Amino acid sequence: MTWLARNWDQVAVALGQHIVIALTALVIALAIALPIGIAAARSARVYTVAIAVAGFLYTIPTLALLALLIPLAGLGRTNAIIAMVAFALVVLIRNIATGLREVPADVVDAARGMGMSARQLLWRIEMPLALPVIVAGARIAAVTIISVTVVAAYVNAGGLGTLIFNGIAGDHAPKIWSGALTACALAVAVDGAFAFAERRLRARSVG
Amino acid sequence: MIRLEALTKRFADAAAPAVDALSLDIGEGEICVLIGPSGCGKTTTMRMINRLIEPDAGRILIGGRDVTGEDPVTLRRSVGYVIQQVGLFPHMTIAENVATVPRLLGWDAARIARRVDELLERVHMDPARYRDRYPRALSGGQKQRVGVARALAADPPVMLMDEPFGALDPLTRTALQDEFLRILRELKKTIVFVTHDMDEALKMGTRIALLRAGRLVQYARPEAMLARPADDFVREFVGADRALKRLALLRTGDHATPGAPSGPLPRVRSDASLREALAALLDADADTATVIDTHGAAVATITLAAIRGVAGAANDPA
Amino acid sequence: MLADAWNYVLAHPAQFATAFYVHVALSGAALALAAALAIPAGIAAARTPRVALAAVGAANIGRTLPSLAVLALVMPLLGTGFAPSLFALTLLGLPPILLNTIAGLQGVDPDVVDAARGMGMAPRTVLTRVELPLAMPVMFAGLRTAAVQVISGAVLAAFIGGGGLGDFITAGIAMMAWPQILVGAIPVTLLALGTDFAFGRVQRRLTPAGLRAP
Repeated sequence: MTWLARNWDQVAVALGQHIVIALTALVIALAIALPIGIAAARSARVYTVAIAVAGFLYTIPTLALLALLIPLAGLGRTNAIIAMVAFALVVLIRNIATGLREVPADVVDAARGMGMSARQLLWRIEMPLALPVIVAGARIAAVTIISVTVVAAYVNAGGLGTLIFNGIAGDHAPKIWSGALTACALAVAVDGAFAFAERRLRARSVG
Repeated sequence: MIRLEALTKRFADAAAPAVDALSLDIGEGEICVLIGPSGCGKTTTMRMINRLIEPDAGRILIGGRDVTGEDPVTLRRSVGYVIQQVGLFPHMTIAENVATVPRLLGWDAARIARRVDELLERVHMDPARYRDRYPRALSGGQKQRVGVARALAADPPVMLMDEPFGALDPLTRTALQDEFLRILRELKKTIVFVTHDMDEALKMGTRIALLRAGRLVQYARPEAMLARPADDFVREFVGADRALKRLALLRTGDHATPGAPSGPLPRVRSDASLREALAALLDADADTATVIDTHGAAVATITLAAIRGVAGAANDPA
Repeated sequence: MLADAWNYVLAHPAQFATAFYVHVALSGAALALAAALAIPAGIAAARTPRVALAAVGAANIGRTLPSLAVLALVMPLLGTGFAPSLFALTLLGLPPILLNTIAGLQGVDPDVVDAARGMGMAPRTVLTRVELPLAMPVMFAGLRTAAVQVISGAVLAAFIGGGGLGDFITAGIAMMAWPQILVGAIPVTLLALGTDFAFGRVQRRLTPAGLRAP
């Protein structure tokens, strides 16, 4: 662990890159998934198609997708982010659609009866009530993205994977440990944070 | 047939025992109804009989045999078990559900198939139609019919029923209660029946055991419990309209005077209850009614005064 | 480009066959091992709520760990090659199977279990004839998830000398040789999709008739 003490800045930089990429990908994925999810909640047909396509993307092995994107996006962060977004879509779309569908019908009815427009209904009633389920989906998406980011170092995206690959190539165990364990710690921490948020939201929407 | 001796059960974090030294004697062919407010221990008591709950103290004797220490699994195969939510196995067909205990007992396939058809007929479900269907295709009432058939499959001498008709709508509940009583007239079974519905208890029970806080408060025939409640708790539990309830248990023909009256009077069937006779009289604003037999012939007379007399006769001074 | 990839396979049949075989063997063995460990563990854990909670907690943490990190961590401990890869992939397959086994069993209607016990089914019979059949759909979904995850992870096993189709991809990326990348990426994608599809079909068939969506 002396290596870590002397080179913690390297780890910190990698961690920073990792977080930036992952966050970017998550935001983009949400931005894409939201309109699709809302449409899927309303129409069974849209739901089936969206889930089928997104599910298909999700099943492609990580490294395979990253490799297949090279002619399109070259090497680097863009490639990685496209892959991450692709992997995160199915969970997000499914949870957004399910969350909206599970809003109690009587609540929607009351809101409409009071004269809310469709837009107000969506943003003031349905989305807030669907939030716990959506956050649950975002939780899984975030962890998936973090995991993909580790691999994406291989296509020059940066992040904690760089330490791992360097460590493997140079047979340098401390680098492997630092990279891998930090990645694990990040994933667990993010998962925990989302879980906490999910719990708070659930308590609020039930009480 | 079933004897409970000082049966006791205390649950881990409770201050008082759920069942407190309960003793009960149930005769063969009787329906013993366990009733009482929530938490009185009626379900716990029933579940101790087939050892789904183990008693802390006391004995259970079935047919003179002490079963308290016997292997519970074997015991349960000789005791029919019907619960409120029925608990049909959703992944098995109706026939497979009914065949469960016979299969456990190792009957041969042909015998099982015959028995399944016989039982489905008995509960008025056409075997050809229902044998191979799945529980989810059935209504609540139909599910419980299958539940009863399933419990009867191995022809157990004893049956335990925990609010079996409680989850059904009133119409279906009445129909199933009547059917079950009809079935019991043909078979000889000793039944322990748990309910929280006093009307059901009065209708179904040969004798009623009223429990409170794990103890037996009164154990008597329905008419006796209505006429002579043991204490204020019983009186209150039975309900303020116990006089009317009593009348519902009595047959007009048994309390009418022979000889038909004259004139245009309301008509009441001889096998109708006194309560129905009372209702007919009040409806017609009359004092007297003609009692007719099943063919419609006038055979006797029933008067308001007579009914009052019966109602008041066994009442203790309130 | 596809033609180039195809030609590459034709030129190196043994290499491709070996890689494919190793990939399937690695994935299959890891899945089988994970199931052999996680299903009995899940059955045992589901009996006691407190143990189940702990097991679910542990499996949830296991589920969040990045696959490559797990594979990489195995290397300093166990070295490189087939066996260490198998070990790591088995670890990756455990969480979904364990979680779904427990969830499936806990989701069985308690009234059905009560009726089964009350009728005189021995505890073992209740498990095999009632609880497991009813928990089956959820349990099998866990196997399906694990299968896809393991196949995907096996691609990464190339980094720790596990062999498999990932070798083509990594070599291809390193040399920027397209045919090689495709020779790895396309078959493994088809393998993953095919497995997912096949598991889906089997799942439908294994779902007891009384439970299938009409």
